Amino acid sequence: MTSPAAADSAPVIEIDHVVKRFGDFVAVDDADFSIGQGEFFSMLGPSGCGKTTTLRMIAGFEQPTTGAIRLDGVDVSKVPPNKRDVNTVFQQYALFPHMNVFDNVAFGPQSKKVDKATIKKRVTEMLEIVRLTEFASRRPAQLSGGQQQRVALARALVNLPKALLLDEPLGALDLKLRHAMQFELKRIQREVGITFVYVTHDQEEALTMSDRIAVMSDGRVEQIGTPTEIYDNPASVFVAGFIGQANLWPATVMQRASDCATVTALGGATLTATCHSKVDGMGAGDAATLMVRPERIAISLTQPASQTGGEQSVNATVTDLTFQGPIVRLALEAADGSPIIANVDPDADLPLLRPGDSVWASWSQNAACVLPTTLNQQSPLQEA
Amino acid sequence: MTAAAAPSRFRRPRRDRGGEDTGVSARRWFTPWLLIAPGGLWLLVFFIIPLFSLGRLSLENGGLSNYSTVISDNSTVIIRTFVYATLSTVAAIIIGYPLAYVIATKGGKYKNLLLALVVLPFFVTYLVRTLSWKILLFDGGPVVSILHSLGILSESQGILGSPFAVVAALTYNFLPFMVLPIYVSLEKLDRRLLDAAADLYSSPARAFRKITLPLSLPGLFAGTLLTFIPAAGDFVNSELLGSERTVMIGNIIEKNFGKEFFRPELSALSFMLMAIILIGVIIYARLLGTEEIA
Repeated sequence: MTSPAAADSAPVIEIDHVVKRFGDFVAVDDADFSIGQGEFFSMLGPSGCGKTTTLRMIAGFEQPTTGAIRLDGVDVSKVPPNKRDVNTVFQQYALFPHMNVFDNVAFGPQSKKVDKATIKKRVTEMLEIVRLTEFASRRPAQLSGGQQQRVALARALVNLPKALLLDEPLGALDLKLRHAMQFELKRIQREVGITFVYVTHDQEEALTMSDRIAVMSDGRVEQIGTPTEIYDNPASVFVAGFIGQANLWPATVMQRASDCATVTALGGATLTATCHSKVDGMGAGDAATLMVRPERIAISLTQPASQTGGEQSVNATVTDLTFQGPIVRLALEAADGSPIIANVDPDADLPLLRPGDSVWASWSQNAACVLPTTLNQQSPLQEA
Repeated sequence: MTAAAAPSRFRRPRRDRGGEDTGVSARRWFTPWLLIAPGGLWLLVFFIIPLFSLGRLSLENGGLSNYSTVISDNSTVIIRTFVYATLSTVAAIIIGYPLAYVIATKGGKYKNLLLALVVLPFFVTYLVRTLSWKILLFDGGPVVSILHSLGILSESQGILGSPFAVVAALTYNFLPFMVLPIYVSLEKLDRRLLDAAADLYSSPARAFRKITLPLSLPGLFAGTLLTFIPAAGDFVNSELLGSERTVMIGNIIEKNFGKEFFRPELSALSFMLMAIILIGVIIYARLLGTEEIA
């Protein structure tokens, strides 16, 4: 089972201009996107960004203030959770403590009045998929965190829902188990071929597992795209800062083309960088932010020759070096005092640098992005 | 039972450690015993020894035949006592469970106020509360005249002295002991479990049956014990609001113990009461499947 991009298939879930208010507080502000069949879709953002509220609206625990939620084309905005064909894996699992694993998993099919033989067969199959067959008669309290997590997963998936909603399902696990479960989740998703809608605040988790990610902040969807798109071409300063590490420098736009812009930054250097075609309001003279990922910056002692890739370079002074195992982290200071962080391969052909040394930091034109400076920006960007 | 289990759990590390630092572990070994000593001593002197002598007394003169005499002499009273206690316990569940449920789930910021209101009547003494029922229920009083004018009671019928008055007063007096434990078990119920049940296609009614009710059974069980046991042993309600038609075991014991102490038959009757309550509780615990809570 492959995980097709959303554009290829009919959407399973459509979030149609959904707004959710709690009193004066706007929890979700005009969310508008759709999720495709078999897709692993993540909603990523800091706590309070509206991702969980959006998930709860899809599950039916909350109703949108305005807008509509459609499942397979049918408006379910007012349908209670027990009549919606989606299932949730809750943050703290919410396993029924007085039932054993088998009965927990069988709970959904029993509600639906599936006949006993079929329930037994399906629950057994599902316990096999999550590798808990020998734990069927245990109570949740007798299981480890990771096992409880898999029970929660089996309990939801056994119903073969149109979509599985996961609310920070790995949040309660320790780091090592979390990594193992990430692969486990991907494996299970491929095996059952069900759409996963995954809520997390952990960018690494989202990047590793998702087909597409919706980055949210303050109730708004900042950007939707594949992990690569979001990482390489963030649509806003927030997205650039939230996902991975980023150098963010104040810049002034000099010239704007459709997909790139020339700016001055870092003490008067003239630099060209890609610029998202849908971002507007960045004409000549406007303030903007220039973004380059630390691992895209190369360090040399002499100014590199301008190449066809549109090599950009600035002169800088070394302020600090830290060895971090796979990389060396170099802290530099540009002519105007702006900090530059560069992650360099320890094998790079560099002499022993010391604080105070003068070096050249360079990157290719498409490694740099010009972003609008205002956090409160225009409509969110959408891919596809 | 728990008292015996606790020390043995503390003792285990000492064995593992072998013979070393016996001074410290000997003290550790002793600590639980020291902690239960005051309570244990109290129970021994004021409960176990008197119970023992009561048991011995009940076998004096006639031996076991005392018991068969008591049973045949008082069979109506014994049956009546347990019917009343059962009825008032069931009534307390019917009234108390919904009350506790509403306070726990819909009480919001008024939870504590509502709980205080449940307990508030208990700041007035038991006797006064029960006597005021007399004022409410006497012939020609407010309740009876309303029921007369509505034609629910015929002119010749009253409430005072009837089984209804006694059972109603028993229910009233022990209701908070039903409400509070049920409230506690419902209050600590994780609301997300109900979300999960709804998410798994359960109607609210099924979620109640499958999740809320089973998880509140410990509270229901405790409430039932706290209501049934004192109700079965009660004599005040029958004494003040009943008549010779409503005599309970408690009344017989109270009347006769007052006159002549240490009568073997009365001791036998007390033992009967205890034994029947104990058997009832065990059966009830089995039925609920809550052995582990008891």
